[in-house]
This record gives sequence, C-alpha cells and structure tokens, in this order.
Amino acid sequence: MRATAPARIDVRKTYKLFIGGAFPRSESGRTYEVTSAKGAFLANAAQGSRKDARDSVRAARAAQPGWAGATAYNRGQVLYRVAELLEGRRAQFVSDVAAGEGLTERRAQDVVSAAIDRWVWYAGWSDKVAQVAGNANPVAGPYFNISAPEPTGVVAVIAPQESSLLGLVSVLAPAIVTGNTVVVVASEDRPLPAISLAEVLATSDVPGGVVNIITGRTGEIAPHLAKHMDVNAIDVAGALGASGITWGELEAEAAGTVKRVLRPAGDDEGSWADAQSLNAILAYTETKTVWHPKGM
Amino acid sequence: MPDATRLGAMTSTVTTPSSESAHGPHPADRTGAQVAADAAAVIGTADLSEAGLRRFLQGLPGVDRVGADGRAAQLGTRSIKTSAKAWALDLTISMIDLTTLEGADTAGKVRSLVAKARTPEPGDATCPRPAAVCVYGDMVTVARDAIGTSGINVAAVATAFPSGRAGREVRLADTRDAVAAGADEIDMVIDRGAFLSGHYRKVYDDIVAVREVCHEADRPAHLKVILETGELATYDNVRRASWLAMLAGADFIKTSTGKVSPAATLPVTVIMLEAVRDFLATTGVQIGVKPAGGIRTAKDAIKYLVAVNEVAGEAWLDPDYFRFGASSLLNDVLLQRQKLATGAYSGPDYVTID
Repeated sequence: MRATAPARIDVRKTYKLFIGGAFPRSESGRTYEVTSAKGAFLANAAQGSRKDARDSVRAARAAQPGWAGATAYNRGQVLYRVAELLEGRRAQFVSDVAAGEGLTERRAQDVVSAAIDRWVWYAGWSDKVAQVAGNANPVAGPYFNISAPEPTGVVAVIAPQESSLLGLVSVLAPAIVTGNTVVVVASEDRPLPAISLAEVLATSDVPGGVVNIITGRTGEIAPHLAKHMDVNAIDVAGALGASGITWGELEAEAAGTVKRVLRPAGDDEGSWADAQSLNAILAYTETKTVWHPKGM
Repeated sequence: MPDATRLGAMTSTVTTPSSESAHGPHPADRTGAQVAADAAAVIGTADLSEAGLRRFLQGLPGVDRVGADGRAAQLGTRSIKTSAKAWALDLTISMIDLTTLEGADTAGKVRSLVAKARTPEPGDATCPRPAAVCVYGDMVTVARDAIGTSGINVAAVATAFPSGRAGREVRLADTRDAVAAGADEIDMVIDRGAFLSGHYRKVYDDIVAVREVCHEADRPAHLKVILETGELATYDNVRRASWLAMLAGADFIKTSTGKVSPAATLPVTVIMLEAVRDFLATTGVQIGVKPAGGIRTAKDAIKYLVAVNEVAGEAWLDPDYFRFGASSLLNDVLLQRQKLATGAYSGPDYVTID
C-alpha cells in the first residue's frame, strides 16, 4: 500500500478595503459575493459602509499636504513605479479582468496594457502640468503675475461600473497626479481589480492615505461622499449604471458644499479606449495667482 | 466608618448612588475646620499626622489593575447614538475647561480662546458654552477682561505648574497672584516627589495651604488638585493620592497636567470616580473629577461620560462635578454636532483653528 500525499488546502484570499495604507475589513463587518460575468462565484469582498467612507476621507485629508508637498518630479517617479509593478503583476490583472468583465484572454491582455500605458501617460504629466496650464500673465504694473495650478484637496471618485481596471485607472490617475488624495468607490459588481491595484499601490512608495479604496454598494456610499463637507471634488462617472443612484442626484448633494463635480462624458459608460486628457487632470486643480514685485 | 473593609465592599460593587443624596453643599463652601473634621471622620481619628495618614492611605484596598483596565474597556464599548448622543455632546461642551498652557501663549491667543468659548458655534445659538477657560496665572487678567459677563469661569494653573518643584512660599505666591487677578478656579499640582517617598503630610499641608489662599478672595476660588497620575506609577497610588487630596480639601481631583505622558486614561479616571463616590458616601461631600490631557475626540469624551454615570452616578453628570481639560476636544465635538444637525460629515474647514 502506498500512502497518498494529502491534498493541499486552498489558500483563499479575503478581499478587504484599502484605507490609509492598511487593508481593514469593513467597519460594518459586512461582505458580499463577487461573481464573474458568467455568474460563477469569484470571491467575497468587503461591503463598505458610510463610516468606512468617513475614515477614508480622514486618511485622505491627513495624507494630502504631504503628497501635494512632494516635488512634482518625485510624484512622477512614484507613479511610474506603480506602472512598473502593474506590469510585474500583469497575469493577475489579466485573470481578474477576464473573469470580471467576461473578456477573452487576449482582449483582457489588451485592456491591461492600455491601463498601464494610461497610468504612465498621466504619471508623465506630473512635472509638466504647471508649464502647460500655468502662465506668466502680462499686467499693467511692475509685477510678475504668475498663475499656476494647485491640487484642490480630497477627491471622491465613484469608479466606473463596467470597466473595472481601465476605467478605474482613467479616473484615478488624473486625480492624484497633481497632489490630490482620493477616496475611490470601486465598481460594485467588479471590485477585484481595484483591490489588486490597492495591493500594487501599497507596495510602491505611494504614501498611505493618498489612495483609499472602498468596495461595496455604490448607491449606499456615494451620497455620503457627495455630501461630505471635507471632500473638495467628486467624479460621478460610476453613478452611470449603479443601482439606486444617478449622477444628477450626486451633483445636487455636492452642490451643498460647492464641490467641483466632474460629470460623465455621455449617457452610457463607453469603452474608455481613448479617455485620457489633460482636462481630466485640470478638473481637480485650483488656479493660484501670485503677484510679485519686480526688483527696482 | 471608614475602615478599609467597608471601603473594599463599596469599591468592589457597582453602586449608582441615588441622585437625592447628591449636590449637598458645595465642597468649596466648607471652612478649613470642617475639612479637617471631615478628614478626621474618614480616618477615624483626629490624628492627621504623617503616621496617621500613612496608616489610612496604605490601608486602602489595592486596585486590581487587570480588573480596572477590563472594566474601563468594557465601559468604552457602549454605543451612544442619536438623541442620547446629541445630549452627551452638549453636556461634553458644557464640561470642557478650554485650555491653553503653552510657553508661547500670548494675550492674543488667550483672547481668541475666550472668543471661541463665548461663541463655540457661531451659526447655532443653542450650542452651550464651555465651563471655563484654563490658562497660566499671568494670563488671568487678559482672560477675565475678555470673558466679561458671559459667565464662563477662569481657571488658572498655579503652584509652579507643571512640576510643582518650588518652595511652598513660591507656590503660594503663585496661587495668590492668580486669585488676586480674578481666577475662579485654581488648578494646583501636588508634590509627586513627596508623595512617592511617603511624605503624605507634606502633600496634605501643601493642599491645605493653597486652599487657604483660595479662600482669601471674596468668593472662594475652587481648588482642583492635579495628581499627575502618569507619574504615580501604580493604580494603588492613584487611589491613595485621590483620597489624600480629598482629605486635604480638594474641590476637584484632576488626573494630569497634560505635560506628562500618559495623561488622562479611562482606567485611572474610573479609579478616581470610585474614590469620589466613596468619599460622598462617607462624608456627604461631593467632590468633582477632571480628566485632562489626551482626550481629543467626542467618542473618547462619551466613553468618559458613560464611566461617570456607571461608576459615580448621575449626580456627577454636571459641569460643577465633572470637567474635561482639553484644547482640541471642542472642535471634534462641534464637528459631531454639525454631523447630527445636517446629516453630512463635517470637516476641519468648518471649525476655527486654534
């Protein structure tokens, strides 16, 4: 008789939130099932609550001065490093995206490549935004008059529902490149690439709290972020196709504290294939103008 | 009474004194002779010598550290929501001694602190005011002028705060200055060195002397005695120091100066609350408690209020008998108030920076 080797026990993964550089479970203790596009069980993800959103905003607010205070060159380097690690974990993202979005292996490869390229594209803007969007203004007096874009502060990002990686990168990267910190509400039904991205961010010199990711019901969490008085801007892209909420409602809530609101481009989500633009970066900046006397 | 066995029975059971026994004459209205008589009644002999005090204080039942920590942790788990929370937040504000005790304090800083105490929430007239502002002795005049008739008290730290390392005459002169400048409350520090080396009579005499100075004013200044529990090393010592301060005539016992870490902690406050509860049961005199330092969030403050209610009783849920020494706590409580009022989470842009 031969002894059979014991079957290896699966190492199952618990998907958690990403708040302040740590991976906590939801304060509410809730989880929900994430299924593939074909309906097969993929994983349990944490179902975040409004208190997780509140904690995330607090972490983002605490991290904001440090991130904005880093030199633009340094921020660009840090973000490029994220792209390096994304490339290194390509296989994981391909399988996450293929399962979640129901794509073929080859299509998923293309999507991941596009997402990494987009991240690099935005990272490159870090030390170039001020040259393009800033200006030395001609004024009638002995002054230098200089306008420069500055980060607005804490940005809430309601991530797209359909495109769980490329769409997420397309709304996340432009917000953080200028020195904003963000609270992301990941795609409700396809949250796994967002958490995998959080694992990349956690190991790539991005300071804790710069990006915070909450998974859960978009319709439950987003209104609290739109109302939150310590959030300076909100991207409502993910309200398209989310149940229980429209982007118009979020915009109305955000008006209470005169937040900057970035509306979705169209009535449906689109493919995100060419959704990269300088305007996405400038949507979360404030123009600071300085008058400085000229030397006599 | 009060032998150690009876005290032990009281401290080991969770009693909530009924409110009719509470709020007798204010402890500050007692004469020095009455204080000494109360002390003699507690100790069971008129012998208030070093040996007599040591026999009593060393005979107090020890504190079970693990039990005290566990009880405090358990009290901290209560969930206080909605209308109860709103009530607790308003009560917290009314119990705050808004404090600035920095070497860099200026008259302007003190005036802005008073302005904040007078109008904590400019958009809401129903918001209560803090009980007092707490400043160094030389700032009392400034604070007094700025407070006007708003009814907020001026508390001054005195007696060579925060270390207390000065001769008695210097410490009394420090106190006399603050009282003469119009301080309503004096926060004194005990000589921890003397306490730790067992010179209880020295500590007792210091407190009695400072109390006499407080009573030189037309309206006696209330005396808060800071035990600096962070330097007392054991919970047994916290209990002994609490009793010693109460015997000597403290109107309030206060945990810390805020200059030593750890400052106020919940277990230490629970032990002090037990002491004031037992002191009331023994003498009929209700002494106040003031945790100070390290209480920064409304959540923390509510944990303390739960402990007050459960350990000492409802009679202490009153700014005359319980205070928070804090500077940043007020802002956090205001943010929570705004959250309850509007339903939206608030942020630091909506309170003053101080």
